[in-house]
Order: sequence, then structure tokens, then C-alpha cells
Amino acid sequence: MDELRLDGNAAAGTLGEVFSFEVTTAEYACGGCGSTGRLGGAMVYEVRELGTIVRCPSCDNALIRLAHHRGRYLVDLRGTRYLTTG
Amino acid sequence: MVAVRPRRLAWRLAEVVEVVPETPRTKSLVLEVPGWEGHKAGQHVDVRLTAEDGYQAQRSYSIASAPEDERLVLTVDRLDDGEVSPYLTDVLMAGDKLELRGPIGGYFTWEAKDGGPLLLVGGGSGVVPLMAMIRHRAVVSSGVPARLLYSSRSYEEIIYRKELENLAARDSLLEVIHTLTRSRPEGWSGYDRRIDADMLAEVAWPPDKSPLAFVCGPTPLVEAVATALVGLGHDPARVKTERFGATGG
Amino acid sequence: MSEGFFSRGFLGRRRRHDERLPPGQYLEDGFPVLSAGPTPHTPLEEWDFSIVGEVDEPKRWTWEEFRQLPSEEITTDIHCVTKWSKLGTTWEGVSVDTLLEGIETAAEYVTAFCEGDYTTNLPLEEITGGKAWVANAYEGEPLEPEHGGPARLLVPHLYFWKSAKWVRGLQLTSYDIPGFWESLGYHNYGDPWREQRYWGD
Repeated sequence: MDELRLDGNAAAGTLGEVFSFEVTTAEYACGGCGSTGRLGGAMVYEVRELGTIVRCPSCDNALIRLAHHRGRYLVDLRGTRYLTTG
Repeated sequence: MVAVRPRRLAWRLAEVVEVVPETPRTKSLVLEVPGWEGHKAGQHVDVRLTAEDGYQAQRSYSIASAPEDERLVLTVDRLDDGEVSPYLTDVLMAGDKLELRGPIGGYFTWEAKDGGPLLLVGGGSGVVPLMAMIRHRAVVSSGVPARLLYSSRSYEEIIYRKELENLAARDSLLEVIHTLTRSRPEGWSGYDRRIDADMLAEVAWPPDKSPLAFVCGPTPLVEAVATALVGLGHDPARVKTERFGATGG
Repeated sequence: MSEGFFSRGFLGRRRRHDERLPPGQYLEDGFPVLSAGPTPHTPLEEWDFSIVGEVDEPKRWTWEEFRQLPSEEITTDIHCVTKWSKLGTTWEGVSVDTLLEGIETAAEYVTAFCEGDYTTNLPLEEITGGKAWVANAYEGEPLEPEHGGPARLLVPHLYFWKSAKWVRGLQLTSYDIPGFWESLGYHNYGDPWREQRYWGD
């Protein structure tokens, strides 16, 4: 059991810097297993200053990968089939 | 339905109005936040500290105050080897400024119109966002039945103990059940162990009552409780969790 | 934004700088755990390590076979891109040169692949010539899962994200394929002495 993983809420601040909609209630479809859910219920790995990784709670696929350094954001959404705002 | 376009989260400077001791290890920070637009019970803020040389540290803290309260209150648990919490509990004082942004998180929230019954399960400082929900419920005189199952290490470490006692005494629909995991006062007749499936079976409503459950605290507690609730037959979609990680901050 | 604001009396963790450290690093007493995904707990009977890709014949070792390879004790400094460093850490592991022994390849790059989706890319010459190991012990004890156990890649002359945790093999390639962090803005090469943290550094 991973003590380091958090819920989608934990990434809400960081994701809120990139997305202008309420992130935790947004619905995703996982590009790995196809399951859907709200980002608030996804697993978040805040890797210190390296980045934020949001994973599907069903299959661990990385839904969103986000890094922020030197004022630049990089967002990888390839693991998500879609995101739709609630 | 009106579409609301939320504003991008911005950092702002709050002023500390008061620092209130709650337990030997926790303090509440009463804040005046210019331009605060309100929040929902369960949301949190990100707090950012900046040293003179520009070094920054950032942590999230759940909002303890009800949305209807005049001032924003955060309750901080002091971690001995923490970087941010000892500053907030030991150094910060009335008059100081504190940089924060929020409110954050629309997923782990409850307002009276969401209904219930409301099952709140918290461990340690995980009770903070649940307290915001309880306070909100009291302010609006909601008739939604609510039960708080609250795990603390000892009697002295129960945060908001007196306030919870008073609220429960005045409201027959609010029940507060404590479990003390490390030490108990003499004559303690309550639960004395970590929250487990048996305890939840006794405390939670049966699944056919379809309660809304909010579970908050250290990750191991949250995972054990969420798993147990689903195992007892509760709908996973009605069990919301907020993990604080291994320690919390 | 609150320009020029600082929190009265906040010092932050004491960050000890040291001449022996690459630019921008500080000395860390602990060993921070940084994980981008769940910690795997693969039973050793199911573990294997492979060399695949542009090789004539892929090679594979079970845990038993891997533990029978000649291993070395390594004492080295490590540097994380998040600015902490540790000096004089000790490890035990099998040199990548040993693993690549007898392998013929025209490949110039390697992608280390791991449990889960983590990968990191390196030029082949950065993991040969005594510069890299597959390490199974740290400070005299078997490597803990949260630190990459049972085995992780150890490439201490580059930022520590290149020392991939839970490594399961090396894929030799003609093309350089940016790995997990390299495709998210982190420097493709990652030399701490030239402070190559991010793209464009």
C-alpha cells in the first residue's frame, strides 16, 4: 500500500494552474482501460518538484502528467481519452 | 442552468487575525482574506511560505470554517519534522501575512442540499474538512442525520472536542463517536482501536440507507476505511476520500 | 501575485551547501522517496532482467541467475534534480558492462524499462565503461521497495532520475527515445555538473 499516493484533490491546486475549469469534478475516460471517473477520485503522485502524475484508480495508467519548472508548464494528456467538465 | 466559469486560482495575501490553540499539537489560524469569494465545506487552500532568499515551500490545508463563517479558519497539525507546519503553529502570529490560494477541490465537498445521511470518518487532522461540514450543517440547521467516527491517538489530542460535544448535545441528529488508539483516560468506555470493518459495521448506516460518506486522514486509514465501507456494501460512488499522504505536511 | 513578499521568520529547511556538490545542490541527510507511480511488489520468482532491442540475441536473467553474476561494491555521490545530494552512498550491484558482455550491437542509445510505465533514456556510452550498475543493495542492506528494490539502475554521474527504480531491462536502440521525465521537460542528458536539469539547459 502506497503511503505516498493521494487523491485527485491533492493535485487540484497544481492542475488549477493549467486548466481553468474545476478539475476535480471533471470526468475522464482512461486511455488504458476505458474506465471513467472524476479526477477527484483518481490517484495522484506528487513527485516533489519533479511533477504531478494522475493515475487511473483501476489500471494505474497515467491519465495526466504535468511538470512545472522555470515558469513553463508541460502537460501530457495522452493517457486520457477525453476530459469533460462536470 | 447557468454555466459558471471559475477564475484561475491566484495567490493572495491573507492576514492572520488570531492563532488559537486547539490541542497540544494543533492550532487554528483565523484569517482575514481580502476578496475571498466563499468556499464549500470540504475544500482546502494551498499555503505558500517564502524565505527572504526566495526559497519557497507549499502545503495544502483543509478549511475548518463553515462557508457561512465570517473569517477563514485553517487548523494545522504540527509535525515535528515538518517544514511548514512548525512555522504556522510556532512562528506565525496575529498581524502576519500568509500567502494562500483557493478554495480548491470541488470533489470532496458537502452542502446541506446534497442530503444524506452523512457519514464522516476521520483520523487525526483528517477531521478538519469534516468539521467544516459539521459546522455548515449546524449553521443552516440542516435536518440531515450525521455521524462522525473520529480516530485520535488520545483524549487530549481530540481536535474540537468541546465544540463537538456541545453540537451533539444540542442536536439529536448529530452523533459523534470517538476511538482512541494509543491511550485512554481512566473509565473510558468508548472504542480503543484503529477503525476497522467491525467498527464501521456498528457505526455506519446500513447500505440500504445510502449514506454519503466522506473519509479523511492519513492514507493508510483512508484506504482501510474506504475498502471496508465498500466491502460492507456501500456504493463506491458515495464514498469520497481525501488522503493526507503518509503524514500530512 | 505578491511580489517581494516573504514570510516573516521563515527559514525553510536548513539547506547545507558544500563545495563538493554540483551547482545548485544541497546536502540531504535522509533519502527522499520520489515515486511517479505505485510501488511494485514483484515476487522474486517472477522477476527478470533482459537486454533487448537491437541485439543479435536478447539476454535474460532470473533473480537467481542475476545474483550469481559478479557484483561490486560502489561508493558514490548521488544528485537529484530536485536539488538534494548525498555524498558517499554505498551500493552493491552488477556492472552494466558485465550484463552487456558478449553483446554485439550497433545501437547508440538505451532505454531502461521498469515495472509500470517508467523509462529513462541514455546514450549507450553513458552506461558502459564502469559508469553504471544494476544495484540490489544500499548501505549493506537489500534495496527497499520504496527505493527501487529489488533492483534499480544506478548511473550516479547523471541526475538520479536516470537511476531508474524497479528496472527490468535495457532496450538498445538506434534512436534516442525520451523517457518518462525526459518527455516532460527534463533534460535529455542530465549532467549535474553542467546543471542540465531541463530542456534547453
